[in-house]
Amino acid sequence: MTLHLAVALDGAGWHPAAWRRPPATPSALFTARYWAALAGESEYGLLDFITIEDGFGLQSTRADGPDERADQVRGRLDAVLTASRIAPLTSRIGLIPTATTTHTEPFHVAMGIATLDHVSGGRAGWRPQVSARRSEARHFGRREFPPLDPVHRADDPHTRALFEEAADAVEAARRLWDSWEDDAEIRDLATGRFLDRDKIHHIDFAGRFFSVKGPAITPRPPQGQPVVAALAHSRLPYEFAAAAADLVFVTPHSADEARAVVAEVRELSADLKIFADLVVFLGDGAAARKARLDELDGAELASDAAIFTGTASELAELLLDWRRAGVQGFRLRPGALPYDLEQITRGVTAELRRRGAFRTRYEAATLRGLLGLPRPASRYASGHLEVR
Amino acid sequence: MSVTPRRRLHLAAHFPGVNNTTVWSDPRSGSQIDFASFTHLARTAERGRFDFFFLAEGLRLRELKGRVHDLDVAGRPESLTVLSALAAVTRRLGLAGTVNTTFNEPYELARRLATLDHLSEGRAAWNVVTTSDAFTGENFRRGGFLDRADRYKRAAEFVRLSRELWDSWSPDAVAADQEAGVFVRHGGIGAVEHHGEHFTVTGRFTVPRSPQGRPVIIQAGDSDEGREFAAATADVVFSRHSTLEAGRAFQTDVKRRLARHGRRPHQLKIMPGVTYALGDTEEDAAERAAEIRRQQVGPRTAIAFLEQVWGRDMSAHDPEGPLPDVEPDLSGEVSQGRVPLADRAATAAAWRALAEEKGLTIRELVIEVTGRQTFVGTPESVARQMIAHVEAGAADGFVLVPHLTPGGLDEFVDRVVPLLQERGAFRSEYGGETLHDHLELT
Repeated sequence: MTLHLAVALDGAGWHPAAWRRPPATPSALFTARYWAALAGESEYGLLDFITIEDGFGLQSTRADGPDERADQVRGRLDAVLTASRIAPLTSRIGLIPTATTTHTEPFHVAMGIATLDHVSGGRAGWRPQVSARRSEARHFGRREFPPLDPVHRADDPHTRALFEEAADAVEAARRLWDSWEDDAEIRDLATGRFLDRDKIHHIDFAGRFFSVKGPAITPRPPQGQPVVAALAHSRLPYEFAAAAADLVFVTPHSADEARAVVAEVRELSADLKIFADLVVFLGDGAAARKARLDELDGAELASDAAIFTGTASELAELLLDWRRAGVQGFRLRPGALPYDLEQITRGVTAELRRRGAFRTRYEAATLRGLLGLPRPASRYASGHLEVR
Repeated sequence: MSVTPRRRLHLAAHFPGVNNTTVWSDPRSGSQIDFASFTHLARTAERGRFDFFFLAEGLRLRELKGRVHDLDVAGRPESLTVLSALAAVTRRLGLAGTVNTTFNEPYELARRLATLDHLSEGRAAWNVVTTSDAFTGENFRRGGFLDRADRYKRAAEFVRLSRELWDSWSPDAVAADQEAGVFVRHGGIGAVEHHGEHFTVTGRFTVPRSPQGRPVIIQAGDSDEGREFAAATADVVFSRHSTLEAGRAFQTDVKRRLARHGRRPHQLKIMPGVTYALGDTEEDAAERAAEIRRQQVGPRTAIAFLEQVWGRDMSAHDPEGPLPDVEPDLSGEVSQGRVPLADRAATAAAWRALAEEKGLTIRELVIEVTGRQTFVGTPESVARQMIAHVEAGAADGFVLVPHLTPGGLDEFVDRVVPLLQERGAFRSEYGGETLHDHLELT
């Protein structure tokens, strides 16, 4: 069975100094052709999907608020629109943009992802993300947030409420995606009806943070339910992922840790797909390349995810080792773009294929299909059957 | 013999909407949601060298008597998301989305619009609308109802704040200098401090200044507040005054207001929404126009229109029969998600008088009082009418509203646009790169 392989795209790569050395093209970071080239390369490598990072604050070395550093990439484009811009230029790869649940309207986000699914012919996903930062709340001026508590962050009531709100936003989105049954559009000339109104439903979502009446303005997405993916480092986000997502990105630092994380997640959900995140620097001189970037940045790279430096062959071995620990796929974060991406799409995929562990062609036309997820019937369809 | 017109006109294409103007019963009617339909319309508009492609907004499905209205085309994408995808399949065409200021926050929407401008290399436009109601608000966390004056105040502050955000990165903020190790120039990202009546926003914007600096601003409101807002803020007015007389009066009024805001007439383009029917002869065009209107007003649609005015269930009456002797129920509110008709008693009386005078059935009456095409004729006569309209100071151009998805613009682009070009009234090639260039705003 094929191992699932994805890449996380952000700026010039995941090393803060990645933009500083060729073949990086830092002046192109805010152009469509830059993103189209990265997506095209990822699709060339037959990867399952790409993710695109986003947020409501400038990148910063501080926990909260801008840091005034001039020597790192600052600024990001909206991820959903970026994914949509590259959708017509690709045909098989999944597109999973990040969209925040904290300050956004769940209705707009859900319609944006549904639209991405229509535009891409069933390749859309969504990574909901919470925004706990006070500096970002002040960009909206609606809520006053407490200062971040980096030590007890995962358990404090503020963070808990944000995850509760995120779960509500996903639930509202999922109901909206189902609110038009698949055959709601009938175009019945005999009765003059365009719609069968019995197949379009109010969702009547009412929660602690917002309510949404529905139905959607956008017909049901091609996948029925676009793929929801969550990044999680601890119990609270694991619970969120288990309740709301199809896919979780976890950050173990060894095969043993991977085994433990998988066990913990599996207690919460039998179905959730588990992907491990890894920051990767590849090629023969990978360690030296990373060291040079650390030197340019004035600090050794720190990351929530494990950092790998080595050859494509060594990485392939590690991925297969972690797979034996129960991880079903990987989201690789290229240290520097486009270099480490090309090492993945041309090197790592070839190494995995040699070991019989990666696809030689796309086996499905939708993201759910690539991930082996069934297309669910609408929850509102009468007598609906889950198609497994 | 041809006279070179003094003024060149501007053209935009409206994606066929989700009301009865859009005919779905025609065998040529395609999907209103498949991306292929959007691509076809947009590429046709670009082939015709149009200024921009336009998407309306509707944030709640229309309901009638508490149930989803089922007679008209429904189901649309999120505007900016589909426009971003269209940027990939077009090269010069402007991409205009209608986005509400009541159900959005400036920081987020300004980011999305700046992103669209980057990803389209300077082709983004924002149609700022304020229309909102408690019915639509039920889909939103901050979906409260605002009265008209407050809606415009909020909209004006929304746009002002968006501009502060768009302007907060200096044009040369991104140095991306690998040698010097400087990605962002010192002081290139300014702090935004906005303390207003409707918004309090402090911090830094996350999107570099976009190719146009800001998207082109479109405005469609018609009230006194709306006109003033347009004169102060907009680059384009999407007006509803498509007749010659009303267009001239509107254009005179709005352009007169510009000076007060230190602006010159060419900085605001007035483009009424128009419909059309073409034919090989005038008679042929008139027959096609009538046929389209029959398609737009089917038997049940006729009854639905009647119910909106009468405020009561009229479904027992034969649409092909005479207007029944029933008085309107002025207390009943039957339709939500539509602009309510201002004075239903007067409208009902006028409709009855017309039906009696001409001996019309219900359906004939509704056809008579709704949706007459703006331009009907041969390609030559439609081109002539459009040029005359602009020459007479009734418009700077037009937003064409086709009645069919996705092929409704084909014939216009194939047959009318070449005539406009021959007469020097419309561009044959794009002169510039950005929408701002196409609209000749500088």
